[in-house]
Amino acid sequence: MTLTLGHFLSLGAMLFALSVVGIFLNRKNLIVLLMAIELMLLAVNTNFVAFSYYLHDMHGQIFVFFILTVAAAESAIGLAILVLLFRNKSSISADELNTLKG
Amino acid sequence: MSITTGLFYLFSTVLLFAAFRVVTARNPVHAALFLVLTFFQAAMVWMLLKAEFLSITLVLVYVGAVMVLFLFVVMMMDINVENLRVGFWKNFPLAAIVGVVIALEMAAVLMGGFRVIDDPHSAVNAATEVAGYSNTKELGKLLYTQYLYPLEIAAAILLVAMIAAIALTLRARKDSKYVYAGDQVRVKSRDRMTVIKMEATRAAVEPAVTTPQSETKV
Amino acid sequence: MSQTLSASTLLAVPMAPLVGSVLAGVFGTKFGGNLIGRHLSHSITILGVLLAFIISVMTLQSVAIDGARFNETLYTWMVVGGLKMEIGFLVDGLSAMMMCVVTFVSLMVHIYTIGYMKEDEGYNRFFAYISLFTFAMLMLVMSNNMLQLFFGWEAVGLVSYLLIGFWFNKPTAIFANMKAFLVNRVGDFGFILGIGLIVAFAGTLNYTEVFAKADELAKLTFPGTGWMLVTVICICLFIGAMGKSAQFPLHVWLPDSMEGPTPISALIHAATMVTAGIFMVARMSPLFELSDTALNFILVIGSITALFMGFLGIIQNDIKRVVAYSTLSQLGYMTVALGASAYSVAVFHLMTHAFFKALLFLAAGSVIMGVHHNQDIRWMGGLRKYMPITWITSLLGSLALIGTPLFAGFYSKDSIIEAVHESHLAGAGFASFAVLAGVFVTAFYSFRMYFLVFHGKERFDQNPDAHHGHDDHHGHDDHHAPHESPWVVTLPLVLLAIPSVVIGYFTIDPMLFSDFFKGAIFIDHEKHPAMEELAHAFHGPLQMAWHALTTLPFLLAVAGVATAYYMYMVNPALPAAIKARVQPIYTLLENKYYLDWINENILARGARALGTGLWKVGDQTLIDGVLVNGCWKLVGWVSGTVRKLQSGFLYHYALAMILGIFVLMTYFVWLK
Repeated sequence: MTLTLGHFLSLGAMLFALSVVGIFLNRKNLIVLLMAIELMLLAVNTNFVAFSYYLHDMHGQIFVFFILTVAAAESAIGLAILVLLFRNKSSISADELNTLKG
Repeated sequence: MSITTGLFYLFSTVLLFAAFRVVTARNPVHAALFLVLTFFQAAMVWMLLKAEFLSITLVLVYVGAVMVLFLFVVMMMDINVENLRVGFWKNFPLAAIVGVVIALEMAAVLMGGFRVIDDPHSAVNAATEVAGYSNTKELGKLLYTQYLYPLEIAAAILLVAMIAAIALTLRARKDSKYVYAGDQVRVKSRDRMTVIKMEATRAAVEPAVTTPQSETKV
Repeated sequence: MSQTLSASTLLAVPMAPLVGSVLAGVFGTKFGGNLIGRHLSHSITILGVLLAFIISVMTLQSVAIDGARFNETLYTWMVVGGLKMEIGFLVDGLSAMMMCVVTFVSLMVHIYTIGYMKEDEGYNRFFAYISLFTFAMLMLVMSNNMLQLFFGWEAVGLVSYLLIGFWFNKPTAIFANMKAFLVNRVGDFGFILGIGLIVAFAGTLNYTEVFAKADELAKLTFPGTGWMLVTVICICLFIGAMGKSAQFPLHVWLPDSMEGPTPISALIHAATMVTAGIFMVARMSPLFELSDTALNFILVIGSITALFMGFLGIIQNDIKRVVAYSTLSQLGYMTVALGASAYSVAVFHLMTHAFFKALLFLAAGSVIMGVHHNQDIRWMGGLRKYMPITWITSLLGSLALIGTPLFAGFYSKDSIIEAVHESHLAGAGFASFAVLAGVFVTAFYSFRMYFLVFHGKERFDQNPDAHHGHDDHHGHDDHHAPHESPWVVTLPLVLLAIPSVVIGYFTIDPMLFSDFFKGAIFIDHEKHPAMEELAHAFHGPLQMAWHALTTLPFLLAVAGVATAYYMYMVNPALPAAIKARVQPIYTLLENKYYLDWINENILARGARALGTGLWKVGDQTLIDGVLVNGCWKLVGWVSGTVRKLQSGFLYHYALAMILGIFVLMTYFVWLK
């Protein structure tokens, strides 16, 4: 059968759902959390590209461009914070990060 | 079934499997490597969508830089994974349900509503078959005219991120004699010096004499 | 006709005492630096009151003989909405007469005070106060609108408070002055409600304008009820009169007001302030005539006061208290006359009573001075040898009080008794009985006091309380014989005795049965025929006196005097024997019908308990505790509960986000 836009969007949706599940399961492990966020961003980017192709609009790909930029920046800073946390607490468990408790 | 469709299903399957392993891997290094695989598959899918520039960028930038960074960090840290996986299987059923429901809902909407197909003989598609059509060129044309300002801002964001990462993790050398200029200017004499008055000469203090028979006076 | 009375001359009447008061009060006391001495103080104030008196007499002459009237506004203070608040004078027969009485008695008291307060260190302050009082009372009687009346009303109350507590270091004096002020306040509350109703329904404070609307007001009912509006207004106004004129049950302050120096008892609590209520009702006669219910109420209250206060006078041992209860009883008489719609008779009795009661108080003061400040009549006796002028004037005053024919009191009292007989109101029966019985009681207690003080054995040395104090006074021992008072004290006695004897004879015809009060007092002759019947029966003062010899009041008075003579001169052991037999009645009378006990223990204590309750429960618990503290405690509790959402754990927040996405998706996909 021919590929429709729906196929690609479903792919993105399933990828997104997987990353949500990943967050849910690995909520203590900060590194896997960050990876799951990358997966989410990937799912969204796939959506954009798919739309851009099927609707013949270049703007979707421009947006992916920018998302990539920001995602890179965000993961860099996220990892820097992670390193700092590990330095101070020798662990990356989110369990131990509750000093901002209300 | 055309080649494209087959390739699509192949790539998607591997993609989804790799993504699943990312979130369920015990060893974080494995998780990072599976993430690399995920990105590769996604890049291939994008290539099917005729977005060459972006798929190459994904591989170069994302895999080449970001994932390498991830691997650096994962390998650098001595992580005790056992504590982290506590409660993994306990939460698995609920997580699975949530995930499945999200996926199904989204699929229902998306499949039902977006039956746009790619007609190879449509007039618009014809435009992309024109010789000399370059995805990069089209991106560039749009990016450097209409989206120039956001581009500059994106550059600034990257700069800021770089500086932020450095500032966060920079450790000053302990034996560094770095002086803060502001403190140097603001110092006052009374922080450094105290004037006390002392007599030039002082009489010598006699040691206490305990023996009663000592009668010699000085 | 109002050209014969000029505004500036009339203005001098209240202003002259005011100026005297201010000068003496500011410069004669520590407040202004003690610049003027006693002599100058009393001279300034006496001069002020003398000037006021002379002008008042001239005004009375204009009003009575030339028929002059004055009703103008001198100063508009403010206009709020449609309501004008002004200062103005209304001078007609009623106010001219009151002006003369007030200034004359005030002048007598001023002169008397020179002698009475000679050794007191608050001399200048006292003169300032009594002149201030004169000013306030004059503003009250000369006013042409209810606001100025109320101002004068409150001002005399204030000065009364200041004077009762003149010796402010005495705790009993302070208790008495607070009591007087508070009880007056209760009356004033009713008064202001009455004024408020008048303003609300007539829209004006000016007498003339209110009276012009009287017929319209008579048709209205009090909103929300079926009562006539004028009835409610009149009863509220009369409650004010009850407070000021010491009617039952707001009479409790007057006996205690004897804590003040005797001159003020004469001025304020006999002749002038207490008569303000009577004056006000007479002034408001166009309104009172419209309401029979109010008139009945007045009759009943007045008769209760007249009779039952007289009973209390029988057993008093303090000379001033006897005269105080006598005042209360006579005020009851005046009120009864008002209730019988005989307003001019009430005002006539007001005038004669002012003279002989002031005389009796000043004579009592003279006696007190003479026996070295002992006030207990049990330890007096036989004073007529030592204090002849005081004795004769007291006798004249007492004869006037009991209604001896040809004396002033006779004409006014008998007119009241007759007027009450002629009244058709429901309460008139009880009122008749009360005023007649009161004649006997009045005669009895007056002559009891007279005989015990001026006749019989001398009992000065039997006083158990006379052995302490007084040694620094005259340098004599305690058993020094009593002496007559100086001329500054006896001169006012003589000057007051003269009108107590003759004024009734000469003024009854012009006052009651001519046009003197025309325009001032309004009577509905068909419904309330008392004055008309009196006019028919009147054939001249001499005939009235002759005819009275065979009537019941005269016989009752004679019986009272005879009983007193018997019980205190012939058989002095009899009172003690009677007291032993009717001890319960005696106890009831001694405790003044337990009204003071009710006021102190039930009303005052209840009010304080209410206040404490509102404070502790209402303010502290409810408002502070539940509302104010409750607010922040509630906020704190809610915050404490909500803060548990802030666990600090990243994954909790991520979970919240995911669940939120989930919910939103479900909503938009399925439910929208």
